[in-house]
Formats: sequence, structure tokens, C-alpha cells
Amino acid sequence: MLEEQDIRAFVYGTTRYFEVAAQQAATVGSPYLVTEGAPDIHDYNGVIAVSGRRNGIVCFSAPRGMLTVLLMKMNESNVSHEYLCDLVGEVANTIAGTVRRDLGKDFAISVPTVVAGAGNAVELPVGERPVVIPINWRSHVAKLVVCLR
Amino acid sequence: MARNAPFLTPQLKLLIVDDSNVIRRRIERSQQIEQLQVVGVASNGVEAIEIFRQTDPDVVTMDITMPRMDGIECVEQLVAMKPQVLILIVSALADKATAVEAMAKGANGFLNKPFSDRQLNEALAELIGGA
Repeated sequence: MLEEQDIRAFVYGTTRYFEVAAQQAATVGSPYLVTEGAPDIHDYNGVIAVSGRRNGIVCFSAPRGMLTVLLMKMNESNVSHEYLCDLVGEVANTIAGTVRRDLGKDFAISVPTVVAGAGNAVELPVGERPVVIPINWRSHVAKLVVCLR
Repeated sequence: MARNAPFLTPQLKLLIVDDSNVIRRRIERSQQIEQLQVVGVASNGVEAIEIFRQTDPDVVTMDITMPRMDGIECVEQLVAMKPQVLILIVSALADKATAVEAMAKGANGFLNKPFSDRQLNEALAELIGGA
């Protein structure tokens, strides 16, 4: 089972990005367990692989609209696919950095990879049920998918 | 009688190194230190060294996790080329061990990602103020 402390570190890394980079806090929705298959994901996904005390993946999955507005809030006028990929990777990078600091030696965290585009899929550990934590910011909702064994 | 020379703020050349377009442009656009003039941007350590040779910057902002050559190795090489260069690490790797390693290689400051415009400018001001 995932421990609350582990989840909290991943969530904090995510919400911190919005609070600091966009100067506008995000709120956390009610987490839910995906009981069948893989969760639906958005267009842009920053994925980090976790190993050590727990193994699996953590994915920050965001819709194009959210990332576009986030870039604009950061005074960036270039909202091209390349920049949206960069941004989702940066959010995942922040999650990785926060987890590495807060959970330290018990976890090894990979460099984030970005999965983007229609029909994309994130590979989840076989047999594990992912937890999805909604991240609400302005009128947009991203998903933090945590799938660790 | 000599005429009074106009007061000129000494310019310091800034090189921005980060593999993210978003972060490179953010630093370039948000930095408001009058003394700093951006002379180049690089997306990895190898490119940074090439541009460093061409532009001879005084100040560098440096990401750590980058392809081809990471920031820690790049810091070591830049400091070997120009020991007085001022280097601000700008990284999401928020753990103490990473900061200590970067400082040991010759970096002068550390700014965690994500950062606000104010945090960036304070970190740069502290970096050049302490020179």
C-alpha cells in the first residue's frame, strides 16, 4: 500500500509548481483508485520512474489548455507543442526534485520523460492499481497518476 | 580641465544554460539586473562550453540535469577556464547533497526550481553583489 507521506510528497511537488511559477495556487481534488485498466490521460504527460522502497511510475498528466494558460501566466508567448512538452517536463522535474529531497535515500527518481500527442499511453507496472489525484488550477484539471508497488 | 565622464554601470556578461526552452526564455526575460547583459544561451554542457569560449561571460546560470554533459561537470570545466566566473545553479534537484556537490565544483549560488521572478532577481543580485 502507498503511504500517505509518499503521496503527500508527490502532491506537494506538483502544487508547488503552480504556486511559485504561476503565483496562483492549485487545489487538490479527491484521490481515487482506478480499479480497471489504465486511467485516461491528457495530451501532455511528464513521467518519472521510481525505484527503491517503492517501484513504479508517477505521471503528471495535463490538458493542453492548462499548460497554455500556465505558460501565459509565466509571460511566455510561445505556446507551441515544443514549449508545452518542455513545461510538462519541468513540472515532472519539480516533482522528482521534491521527492528526492523529502523522501531522500529511500527512493531513486529518474530524469522525467515526456509522453505527448493523441493516442499516447503511459506504461504502468503490471498488476498495480494506480491512484489518481486531481489537481485543479483555474478552470482546468490535471491528473497526478501514482502507480507504485 | 577634464570633463566629468558620465556614470556608467559596469556591464557583466550573462550566459544562460538550461535544456528547457521555457526556463531559458524565462530567465532571459525576467532578469532585471541592470548590470547583466545576456550574451548567450545553451541547452547542454557541451554547447555551454563552446559559447563560453566565444563570449567570455562573467556570470552563468546553470541547470544540472541536461543531456550530453550535466551541469556539475560543466561547472567544473568553466571554473577551470575562468576561475573568477560566478555561477548560479538553477535546478529542481532540491536536496542538500546536490547543492554541496555543485558548490564543491565551484558554483557560487543555488536557486531551486520552480522560482518566481523575484526569487531569480534576488539570487542574481546576491551572486554579483557578493563578487
